[in-house]
Amino acid sequence: MSATSETLVPFEDVLAAYDPALGLEVHVELNTATKMFCGCPAAFGGEPNTHVCPTCLGLPGAMPVVNGKAVESAIRIGLALNCDIAEWCRFARKNYFYPDMPKNFQTSQYDEPIAFDGYMDVEVDGETFRVEIERAHMEEDTGKSTHVGGATGRIHGADYSLVDYNRAGIPLIEIVTRPILGAGEKAPAVARAYVQQLRDLIVALGVSEARMDQGNLRADVNLSLSPKGSDVLGTRTETKNVNSFRSVERAVRFEMQRHAAILDAGEAIFQETRHWHEDTGITTSGRPKSDADDYRYFPEPDLVPVAPSREWVEELRGTLPENPVERRARLQEAWGFTDLEMRDVVAAGVVEAIEETVAEGAAPQAARKWWLSELSRRANDAGVEITELGVTPAQVAAVQKLVDDKVVNDKLARQVFDGLLAGEGTPAEIVEKRGLAVVSDDGALSTAVDNAIAANPDVADKIRDGKVAAAGALIGAVMKEMRGQADAARVRELILEKLS
Amino acid sequence: MPEISRDEVAHLATLARIDLSDAELDHLAPQLSVILESVASISGVAGADVPPTSHPMPLTNVFREDVVVPGLTAEQALAMAPAAEEQRFAVPRILGDEQ
Repeated sequence: MSATSETLVPFEDVLAAYDPALGLEVHVELNTATKMFCGCPAAFGGEPNTHVCPTCLGLPGAMPVVNGKAVESAIRIGLALNCDIAEWCRFARKNYFYPDMPKNFQTSQYDEPIAFDGYMDVEVDGETFRVEIERAHMEEDTGKSTHVGGATGRIHGADYSLVDYNRAGIPLIEIVTRPILGAGEKAPAVARAYVQQLRDLIVALGVSEARMDQGNLRADVNLSLSPKGSDVLGTRTETKNVNSFRSVERAVRFEMQRHAAILDAGEAIFQETRHWHEDTGITTSGRPKSDADDYRYFPEPDLVPVAPSREWVEELRGTLPENPVERRARLQEAWGFTDLEMRDVVAAGVVEAIEETVAEGAAPQAARKWWLSELSRRANDAGVEITELGVTPAQVAAVQKLVDDKVVNDKLARQVFDGLLAGEGTPAEIVEKRGLAVVSDDGALSTAVDNAIAANPDVADKIRDGKVAAAGALIGAVMKEMRGQADAARVRELILEKLS
Repeated sequence: MPEISRDEVAHLATLARIDLSDAELDHLAPQLSVILESVASISGVAGADVPPTSHPMPLTNVFREDVVVPGLTAEQALAMAPAAEEQRFAVPRILGDEQ
């Protein structure tokens, strides 16, 4: 590529001259027990080449048989994306020479996808974008190659490659959007929000673990620019395997800036795949994009057509969970959260945790406070997902109950979480063992307040003169003497009583 | 009449990783054209009401239960490999496309 591929145009300048068109292809690895066409385990990992059989190794004479559960998941995903479900469709062979499939082809669907013509409404900053879904089709995952030799461990310059076929044949659903037009400056955010909302939907359906970091959900980002006002789509590039929500946003932004630089220089965009580099936030040239013709698709003769009855489709429609967007709107209203509060809660992935904590009796704002601040921070520090932190919604509700009952204050409650993470028992037991209960005995508090007043006569005078705000200094002194184990509101009352 | 050009044969040869000389292309392109024509004569008898056959059996929805069945051990799988390393199939250097 020419030097211009390294040049970037400032984002604002891109927007002034061009309209972006986005397209997203998301692969979802299903969580079935077995592979798409054989009874090998579809579990992640395993010792190399231990989840293999004659079918997924493509040995002569081996016959594939479709996993019914995978078809069911595909139909449910299609329905959740408001798609039509094919009355009759076939699998097709996608032929190519690359050893990640031992058969020399990938079994996929070509012009007869199981689901088509759907949409998903995506919200960005309160604005709704309708993302049209062209199709969702069934296919199989490929094996995993390790490249040996060469400097970088990447494919270029490798001496030879080692292939593990455990992943080959795991059911995949590929979800393809139509070009998303008119997003303008929000194109990067729309791309991110689409993938994020799609993931939420997949999780709600329970059809995949949908972990981007483990490759259960992989996004390919298509992008092209056309001169402002033109209705002709530009040449696109496809950035493969962008594996976090943030990277989806960054990759769109980067490609917009890179395309603009090439077009500004009067050069043409080369239709190709691009590799995303997480560390540097850039894309580099991959391979020229093959035309579909080059894959020589033809109907798979070893598999019979899939013809889901309308009864089955309607039965599956009945199993769909509440749409995540509607569910969020309902919860936000029930909880009385502001848009900003709800957005933070969603971004932190604690909607379910808060819902369960509220169900256990905690007030929504209290549940939000603990999950969003205290527990998110601890999960971050520990480098784990918040759901894997080891604190349950029931425990959070129990801690909040202790706060509500004035057994502990917020500061002491944090120590209760310390105890919970250290496995010291129930919140009540931790309060007992650690001696965390606030002193509600007014005698002890009263003495501490007297001491604080005596030690700070000037502050006391101010309060006597009506400067109530000065009470903070005395409260601090009392809390210090009580080693934090006092109810600050009660301390304040006592101070004001004594100095009125 | 279906016809296949010399260029198309050359492109197919590239996709199929078959190295053909110019002489072979000159020789094979007309032959393939004849074969295609012969096969295409079928479309002369098939009317618009006859859908193309992709499977000999008039079956649909042959599904498998999602239950794990034992497959091969790594030793069995790799016994068939021309070369293996670290319990993986060793394959020649891959040039060009990455899937």
